[in-house]
Amino acid sequence: MPKIDTMAETDDPLVREHRLKQQAAHEERRDAVVRIVRQTVTFVLFMALLAGLYTGYKAFGQAIDDRQHEWAVVGSVLPRTDDLNMPPVSEIFGQFGETPGGRDQIYVKILFDEALFTLREAFAGFMVGLVIGMAIALALAQWRRLEQGLLPYVIASQTIPLIAIAPIIVIWGRKNFDVFPWEWQDWMSVSIIATYLTFFPVAVNGLRGLQSPRPENQELMESYAANWLQTLWRLRLPASLPYLFAALKIAATASIVGAIVGEISAGVEGGLGRRILREAFNYTTGPDRLFASVLGAAVLGIFVFLVVTGVERVVVGNQNRESTT
Amino acid sequence: MSEESAVSEAMSTGEAESQLVIDIRGATKVFNPGRSNQVEALAEIDLAVEPGEFITLIGPSGCGKSTLLRLIASLIPPSSGSVQVNAKPAEQARLDRDYGMAFQTAGLFDWRSVTKNIELPLELMGWSKGDRRRRAAEMLELVKLSEFAKHHPSELSGGMQQRVAIARALAFSPSLLLMDEPFGALDEMTREHMQDELLRIWKETETTVVFVTHSIPEAVYLSTRVVVMSPRPGTIASTISVDLGDRSAATRDDPAFFKKVTEVRIALREVEG
Repeated sequence: MPKIDTMAETDDPLVREHRLKQQAAHEERRDAVVRIVRQTVTFVLFMALLAGLYTGYKAFGQAIDDRQHEWAVVGSVLPRTDDLNMPPVSEIFGQFGETPGGRDQIYVKILFDEALFTLREAFAGFMVGLVIGMAIALALAQWRRLEQGLLPYVIASQTIPLIAIAPIIVIWGRKNFDVFPWEWQDWMSVSIIATYLTFFPVAVNGLRGLQSPRPENQELMESYAANWLQTLWRLRLPASLPYLFAALKIAATASIVGAIVGEISAGVEGGLGRRILREAFNYTTGPDRLFASVLGAAVLGIFVFLVVTGVERVVVGNQNRESTT
Repeated sequence: MSEESAVSEAMSTGEAESQLVIDIRGATKVFNPGRSNQVEALAEIDLAVEPGEFITLIGPSGCGKSTLLRLIASLIPPSSGSVQVNAKPAEQARLDRDYGMAFQTAGLFDWRSVTKNIELPLELMGWSKGDRRRRAAEMLELVKLSEFAKHHPSELSGGMQQRVAIARALAFSPSLLLMDEPFGALDEMTREHMQDELLRIWKETETTVVFVTHSIPEAVYLSTRVVVMSPRPGTIASTISVDLGDRSAATRDDPAFFKKVTEVRIALREVEG
């Protein structure tokens, strides 16, 4: 891109303004590219650092193991390790290209398909959780009494261990959820578990966001004789978006965790949770596959986080970016 | 809509000369009545404001000047007495959008551009997009911010934000402008500049203004009438008419201006006891 001269010799203010705008747009694009490159490099370096630490400790732990007699003191404090406990990084990543016994697909493809299955459960649960969470936030924001009465129960709901309710929901789904016009699938029960983890941060942060407008802003809307819906749509919802997106980032990753844990404890086939459980059973014969499948789950979590961040940038990004200039 | 334009039309043609813009009789306000934290904010307020007046409410903190403004705006109801705006109950005047309001903080919506902020009341009143755009452009010209139409509030200085807030308050041509210490957070130079801008806009739009402040020079410089209020409970202690003609930079050095400032100061001193 050629450098645009702001001091270009022209007396026409319109031309000058146009050039300034062009330059601003150019700078903005350049800044965006620089930001993405910087973030990517940082990420790669950080991952390399983690792999280095892992490999480094592994070498150290193996050394302790090999010299049990000489390094007895150290060995009694720091855990020893070997290839079974910490498979080499190269083997873990190499596993992605392998074809496990009895399958004609490489491992990364299998993980990808299973991640999609888990993503579908999580996404369905996430969307339902978003709706329920916002409905609770709206109700609590509207009726203050309800806030005092209901909020403790909303919080208490999160103290019930997920492992405990997951099988219950699946059993209910199989036996009792025949009121729905469609046939109840097990993955839908897993979605409910994802919903259970999603609605909470949405409700709590959504409430804070809806209550965030200053009293003058509320009075301003009243002075315009704006009705409840107009005030909600033009003031409270837009004001709540930064709070809401902070919650959605937590909720998105939580929905993935919920789906994986739900699959494991409910015994639902086809997703990453089941995959991780199976690899854990076969740990002694292929530890690198367990590590690889866990990595796959992590990537899925990062993916949904990035999607939410991207949506946030589109929806509320403009004003944030401009305010920093 | 049509009713409003009819009212403002009547005002400008002078047909409704006798009609008061604000007519408050025996209005009181008690917060938390019957409880231990009961506060008598206003006691027996009588106030009549004619079309085209510029009234400032001045008084020490806690004298209820902001409360009085909110009674006029019908943001809170009086405990007793009546508040009429444009010859109808204040509540009805609010529903008819008879007044525009500006607050101490500009209170612009960060997520909207300057233009969209000014369009906000027009959206609520169901104006078409084209009409909104046109009016917003006119208002930006009025407050001399046309080149910042597409900026976001956070990019503007405090004085510029306040000007946008005034443009927003006047966008739908209300006959009454209510202002709650709008220049309180501005530095002295910007403040004097904004006062001149406000007076210019007041003349151009022929609006009636009720302006809350605790700056004596500001009150004298702006108003046709200064209403001095006393605290606990809030009452109108005295009303001082100000007739200094057209204001300009020279007015601020005018002995007549200082005389009025002194008069208001003495009235306030008496109030404070």
